[in-house]
Amino acid sequence: MKPLLTGWNLIKVYTFLVYIFMFAPIVAVVILSFNPQQFGSFPMEGFSFRWYIRLAQNDAILMAFKNSMILGALTSIVVTAVAIPAAMAFVRYEFPFKNALNTLLLTPIMIPEVVLGVALLLFIRWLQQPKSFMLLLIGHVVITLPYVLLVVQARLVGIKRVYEEAALTLGANPFQTFWEVTFPLLMPAIFAGMLFSFTISFDDVTATLFWATASNQTVPVKIFGMLRNSISPEINALGTVMIVLTISIPLLAGYLSRRFSKGV
Amino acid sequence: MEQKAWKPWALLAPSLSAVLFLLVIPVCFIIVYSFWLRAPTGADIPAFQFGNYQRFFADFFYPSILIRTIRVALETVALCLLMGYIPAYFFYRTESRHKSIFLILIMLPFWISFIIRTLSWINILGDTGLLNHVLLRMGIISEPLGLLYNEGAVLMGLIQYLLPFMILNVYVSLEGIDRSLVEAARSLGSTEWQAFREVVLPLSLPGVSAGCLLVFVLTAGTYLPPMILGGPGNDMIANLIFKRVIGTLDWPFGSAISVILLGILGTIVYTYNRYLGINQIFKTFQ
Repeated sequence: MKPLLTGWNLIKVYTFLVYIFMFAPIVAVVILSFNPQQFGSFPMEGFSFRWYIRLAQNDAILMAFKNSMILGALTSIVVTAVAIPAAMAFVRYEFPFKNALNTLLLTPIMIPEVVLGVALLLFIRWLQQPKSFMLLLIGHVVITLPYVLLVVQARLVGIKRVYEEAALTLGANPFQTFWEVTFPLLMPAIFAGMLFSFTISFDDVTATLFWATASNQTVPVKIFGMLRNSISPEINALGTVMIVLTISIPLLAGYLSRRFSKGV
Repeated sequence: MEQKAWKPWALLAPSLSAVLFLLVIPVCFIIVYSFWLRAPTGADIPAFQFGNYQRFFADFFYPSILIRTIRVALETVALCLLMGYIPAYFFYRTESRHKSIFLILIMLPFWISFIIRTLSWINILGDTGLLNHVLLRMGIISEPLGLLYNEGAVLMGLIQYLLPFMILNVYVSLEGIDRSLVEAARSLGSTEWQAFREVVLPLSLPGVSAGCLLVFVLTAGTYLPPMILGGPGNDMIANLIFKRVIGTLDWPFGSAISVILLGILGTIVYTYNRYLGINQIFKTFQ
């Protein structure tokens, strides 16, 4: 057993080092955001909320935050509304080309976002439509659709059909059956899918940079614009706000869902 | 349950039309556009000619960027595998009660914005960043090392972005291995290392190949790490697309480059799916 133990310890140390690699840059962003100096760099001298106050007074950034929030919320609602019926069709029905169509709906995962960005922008341009908030919304719906579809589909497979059949036998129509039986059982997946799509939309930058305009900026696009004149403590502060926001949402959701499931 | 034939199609209508109008048709558009001409005035002229493609392959400038993209993507795949397999194996074998916390932690970067994760490396690798600061303090170097704006920095950003994808793919595949197989190998007299090499490693290969494909495709299609962490010589193919479309508004040429990128990645994904099946990748996201 002895040599195995040392091997296992090496694996542990290795894993720990990978964690450090993953988190050191992120921790540095958070720490440096409290740097009172003009240039956000080591060594740190002092501790201040100066850059956070600057952020809170910056109208353009607040505007971007508002845009990102609205966009993320709308994306998660629209994409879930589109994904649920599709998942129902794939899991509950048999029809021709089923597998091919399922793969088609999942392809946006495998298409480079930069190509997606160019393609949609080109299409909109050909239709002679201006870049707008609508473009961001439909773009984000396409980007997030496969993820939500996968989550809802996986859960739907686990919901036994007998529940639905029982409701139908007892005289409920298909719509009632879905609304009163399937939908509540599907709730955790819907919630997870909405959360997932909100975060993807909130964080996306690769395709969004193609679609955003000066008046329709999201926070990542704004950060990209600010980066042009090197990294400042203000960017670190904005980054910290984003990190706290996007990390706390899934953690909170996980905590809540565990509490609710315990209560049942 | 009676099944009406039109019902699934009605349920699929919103999602299919979304993908059709927002993905399939736009992608067809870039293919059409890639044959168009760009007038000196900047207007796009409908045409059918291969000038944009000829321009791409006219000299070594653009093909060398294409080759660099493939090289950087392969390097990222290799490094992600090197850094990702052991942690995935750790998650598989650990009996710690904090296992779920370890897993959540490695998933956390997924939720952090790509641009923040990319720019965070400036704080580490910059002239006044953490590494240079520590090395200067310790007296190992007397002047800051130029760690930023080179391929190494780009790779750091790419690995930090893609490593969780690799770890998760490998882990999902490891978790699917029946543990009694390992016990059987051990009880038949193999060492832990032999059991790993002969049983676990071969059975984890579907996850490894799925992770490699995903990392390769995502690297080849990204422009942010080269743009933020790289120098002028580190541009990849996606940077080229970004510059042609957003910078010089050269739509036909930008479309042609997009088609080339899409064609290469499409061929790779198609070949992979043909021989190995692509569903392994989708499994990971559940």
